[in-house]
Amino acid sequence: MTEFHPLLPGLIPLLPLLGFLGNGMLALVAGVRGAAELRAGAGAGKEKLGELAPPPWMRGLPSWIGPGAIGAAFLLTLMNFVGMARSGLEAPAIVRYWDWISTGGIRIEAALQLDQLSMIMMLVITGVGLLIHVFSVGYMREDPGYARYFAYLNLFVFFMLVLVMGASFPLMFVGWEGVGLCSYLLIGFWFEDREKADAGKKAFIVNRIGDFGFLVAIFLLFTSLGAVDYAGVFGAAPELLAYGGSTATAITLFLLIGAAGKSAQIPLYVWLPDAMAGPTPVSALIHAATMVTAGVYLVVRASVLFALAPAGSATVAAIGAATALFAATIALQQYDIKKVLAYSTVSQLGFMFMGVGAGAYVAGVFHLVTHAFFKGLLFLGAGAVIHSMHHALHATHKDWDAQDMRNMGGLRHKMPVTWVTMGIATLAIAGIWPFAGFFSKDEIVWYAGAARTGGYGALFTALWGVALVAAVLTAIYMTRLMVMTFYGSNRTGEREAEHLHEAPLVMTIPLSILAVLSLFGGWLNVPASLQESVFGGFGLLPMSDWLERWLEPVTELAQEIHLSHAGGYATASPLGGGAVLWAGIATGVALVTVGLTFRSVSKRGIRPASESGAPVGVVRGLLYHKWYVDELYDRVFVRPLLGASRIAWRWVDQILIDGSVNAVGSVFKALGWFGSLFQTGQVTTYAFVLTLGALAVLGALLL
Amino acid sequence: MTALLDAVGYDAWALHALVWVPVLGAIAVVLSSEERSKNVAFWCSAGVFVLSLGLWWAFDSAGPLFQLATRTVWIAPWGVSYALGIDGISLMMVLLTTLTLPLAILGSFQYIRERRRAFYALMLLLETAIVGVFVAMDLFLFYVFFELTLIPMYFIVGVWGGERRIYAAVKFFLFTALGSLLMLVGILYLYFRARAGGGAPSFYILDLLGTPLTIAEQLWLFAAFALAFAIKVPIFPLHTWLPDAHVEAPTPGSVVLAAVLLKMGTYGFLRFVLPFFPEAASHPTVVAWMLALGVIGIVYAAWVAAVQPDAKKLVAYSSVAHMGFVVIGTFALTVNGLQGGLMVMLSHGLSTGALFLLIGMLYERRHTRLISDFGGLARVAPLLATAFVVAALTSIGVPGTSGFIGEFLSILGTFERYPVTAVVATSGVIFAAYYMLPMVQRIFFNRLDRAENQRVNDLSGREAVILAPLVALMIILGAYPTPVLSRMEPAVRAIVEYVGSDGEAGALAELARGGAEVRAAAIAPIARARTP
Repeated sequence: MTEFHPLLPGLIPLLPLLGFLGNGMLALVAGVRGAAELRAGAGAGKEKLGELAPPPWMRGLPSWIGPGAIGAAFLLTLMNFVGMARSGLEAPAIVRYWDWISTGGIRIEAALQLDQLSMIMMLVITGVGLLIHVFSVGYMREDPGYARYFAYLNLFVFFMLVLVMGASFPLMFVGWEGVGLCSYLLIGFWFEDREKADAGKKAFIVNRIGDFGFLVAIFLLFTSLGAVDYAGVFGAAPELLAYGGSTATAITLFLLIGAAGKSAQIPLYVWLPDAMAGPTPVSALIHAATMVTAGVYLVVRASVLFALAPAGSATVAAIGAATALFAATIALQQYDIKKVLAYSTVSQLGFMFMGVGAGAYVAGVFHLVTHAFFKGLLFLGAGAVIHSMHHALHATHKDWDAQDMRNMGGLRHKMPVTWVTMGIATLAIAGIWPFAGFFSKDEIVWYAGAARTGGYGALFTALWGVALVAAVLTAIYMTRLMVMTFYGSNRTGEREAEHLHEAPLVMTIPLSILAVLSLFGGWLNVPASLQESVFGGFGLLPMSDWLERWLEPVTELAQEIHLSHAGGYATASPLGGGAVLWAGIATGVALVTVGLTFRSVSKRGIRPASESGAPVGVVRGLLYHKWYVDELYDRVFVRPLLGASRIAWRWVDQILIDGSVNAVGSVFKALGWFGSLFQTGQVTTYAFVLTLGALAVLGALLL
Repeated sequence: MTALLDAVGYDAWALHALVWVPVLGAIAVVLSSEERSKNVAFWCSAGVFVLSLGLWWAFDSAGPLFQLATRTVWIAPWGVSYALGIDGISLMMVLLTTLTLPLAILGSFQYIRERRRAFYALMLLLETAIVGVFVAMDLFLFYVFFELTLIPMYFIVGVWGGERRIYAAVKFFLFTALGSLLMLVGILYLYFRARAGGGAPSFYILDLLGTPLTIAEQLWLFAAFALAFAIKVPIFPLHTWLPDAHVEAPTPGSVVLAAVLLKMGTYGFLRFVLPFFPEAASHPTVVAWMLALGVIGIVYAAWVAAVQPDAKKLVAYSSVAHMGFVVIGTFALTVNGLQGGLMVMLSHGLSTGALFLLIGMLYERRHTRLISDFGGLARVAPLLATAFVVAALTSIGVPGTSGFIGEFLSILGTFERYPVTAVVATSGVIFAAYYMLPMVQRIFFNRLDRAENQRVNDLSGREAVILAPLVALMIILGAYPTPVLSRMEPAVRAIVEYVGSDGEAGALAELARGGAEVRAAAIAPIARARTP
């Protein structure tokens, strides 16, 4: 065992930042060029986005800078990973750079923390990020904002790395809001489309509600523990915070507000489905694989605090379970392929929350990683499909929706690689052995059922039931997606179908790599309880329990607190039966569900969107309209706030405050006018008044 | 750098030069031609800025509280002296002023087309007055400078302003003059009260400090001073002059008004109100009121800003919200709170200054400020859009910008003592996004569907030069604010400790330690002046 010396850790976030600067310069140059052309052609009908072609070098340079910066960061991360794995690092390695904020009242360093948790996150961010950057080269090739796209994407990776590498809560917050900013910019990437710009704005504002909670949590940490860096907080917390005490609970609940905003949990999930307005690789990277999992990372990072607050943890689990089920129901009735995946993401994030809420931090991170593989793959696959659909529809100028699955069908013949890889991802997310999602989801569900934390046993039993239902729904909506997209006969149109084609290699290679990871990623952490069974390959799978052991230095303190106060986990499910039995039941049920759904959706006569009416039936309508939550929020929050703002301006500011100011002014004006009456300019009047006055004074004196 | 400054004897003349060079510049402007006046004014103010940069190194954070201090008798019988000096707070305010003025002047080259000589002369006089406010160490002198800022500003709004300029100028003048008259009464009372203690008559700040006052006197004086400064800040509900003044003022007027003139109010609280009337300023009822007004300002002004059709008015209301953070940070009376308030002041100077400049640039192109007249400008003016977005993000306190440092610290400092207030103030981060992002979207995003907007030009070289330093500073101060914070720390600490102890002797001695050294250096010229 050697000591771990981080290898140029600062360079890992710096490289994407440099990529951002390089691409940003190019983007500005391209923007200025485009603007000049636009002004020259103003009024000539060329103002529509996408009609001005960029010069050739505008494609070449960003294609290398963008993925190149991430690739280099990935390599550097890998080298650090190898170093860390060899060293058997116990305490986190903290690399300090400069005094970021030092007021005399608080000192926050710009410091990076490398430990097992941040390492896993860095690998996911730069690894999956690299694949998605490469995919984007194909996907965004024809976009006039190509350089700008890579600039934002690089900036995103920078902030995401700051989020996971920062050694303190405020630094995490920098990354936290930074990724939110990039998300805003990328959702509204095609900003000329008002709906897309609106979606970006909505994402930012809803996220800021979460950020509000995060900030308050930081303030609470500072006042109650006197520290905001991880080492200080987790060192002091077990001493200064009482187990189950109100301070610990308050801190965790405020952190949960932040986590729920970023990770799209009830009640703050509403921005994520709208976020699909962004380019599809963005959905894959930001709104599936990395940024939205930041909330899970936050809970695991603060696991010591959550372990000290059983009520906070139970709330996390309950919100997660509710979200998992709720979002899954909506996914059942969406026709937009990206919307299905968006609600699926919300639902899967709910699973992760359930896991970390139950104290199964490793299971949460495990699902985070496998989800990054298979959901990244699903989004990229959907991107390939949309790309192809868009080309086909564009070729014949058909104004159909390229994302509506009712307009697809039969694509497996046209896009075999996309079909196979997405099929693998579907089996993975449905939780079928031996695909990645099976192991991670099974672990979460198991721990939810086995948790007995601080008197919340009954709650966790209920959540376990919810999780099982949500898991079944997952299999249904994903199978529906696959059938509608790839099976049956094609509904795009005869002439259009000729233009449907498989994506180029630059897009299918990332798909294939992610497919391999979706297949084998679960072996990272085959649970000990399953190792000797058929699910663990009778102990033959290579890396059994690896993630559990890898993350132990990070989670062990929380686990200790957990065990000493709440006792261990149950060894049987709430309905009896051990882990192996329930793994079998789970995969069996998933298989049957996939099969039944496949048959039932295949038999359904699906018509293109233009020939289909609104969904029939109350339940279907309700799900299709997403339980009318957006409408509800609009009535309850958005409009009242706007109304209050108008009242504040028109009535309070203009009439009440300024009115009284002007009234005071008018009084003096009136006084002045009254005074001016005496300024008649007539000497006789003055003489008369003077005499009157003199008489009055005289009279007063005499009397 | 320090060696160079020593070699030229910088410490001895720097402050005088910063105050009076602009007056010389104003004379030069008047003597120059109408056409060349703008260049004379710009180079003069740019020169002042370069001169002021020396302060950054000349000021020693480990040194006495007040530095570069000089004192000369001005009106001997009344004890009025021409006394200048800076602490870390003044230092940053002076730098903000000297940075803003040349940029505002450069930003007015297109906008101001009539009576240019008069305009630029007034701008330079304004600079003298503002720098004077921030470096005056004599209360009488301070008051003179404080009032002097009104006159150029009154004319700038009233002569070069928009349609309702007269209404706005008169409103601005009456509001602020009313406040300062009450303060004058307060100053005189304090002066005579200090004199009654038996000392020689003096308006020197360090002489007046620690004047024994009953709590009732403190509260009355607090009210007189606070009203003047609260109008300037402005604190809700005394803010209604601000949107009018901003909307009617020409761009450079708005820039100076927002970036530095408002800070005279918050500076006044830190320099005078808190140290002079510590018991009043830390009186629970007073604190409760000030915190409440600060928080109302944050939330209420954000709401009002959100429904403004005029971009300039929106930014004007956002200023009120920002100043709310300064108010709570100041009256929380913690080191973090004061530091945060000061950072908000600096950051607001940069971001709001930039926003007013940018809105002015848009106005020069389109002759409108109505948000709904724009749309899709990012396509034709990508550089302008980028600068605007960065300034907007700084304004709403996104981490990585200076705006975040200020908001974070001011709320943190408030939270240390008044958690509930701080939590309400934190909701301001949500409402900031609520008013700022829709404006950004409606001006720069959405469809570029109007012919007038399609012909909008991007930044010119001159405009880029104006915005570049502001944008750079927003990012630099966001990434590394510590050098600024460490320079302000001794002054902040002194105020917090002094007021926190209700003006007790120990803390006063600590505060005067710096002062005593200053006086030792300043006695000699006074002694000379006294002997005829």
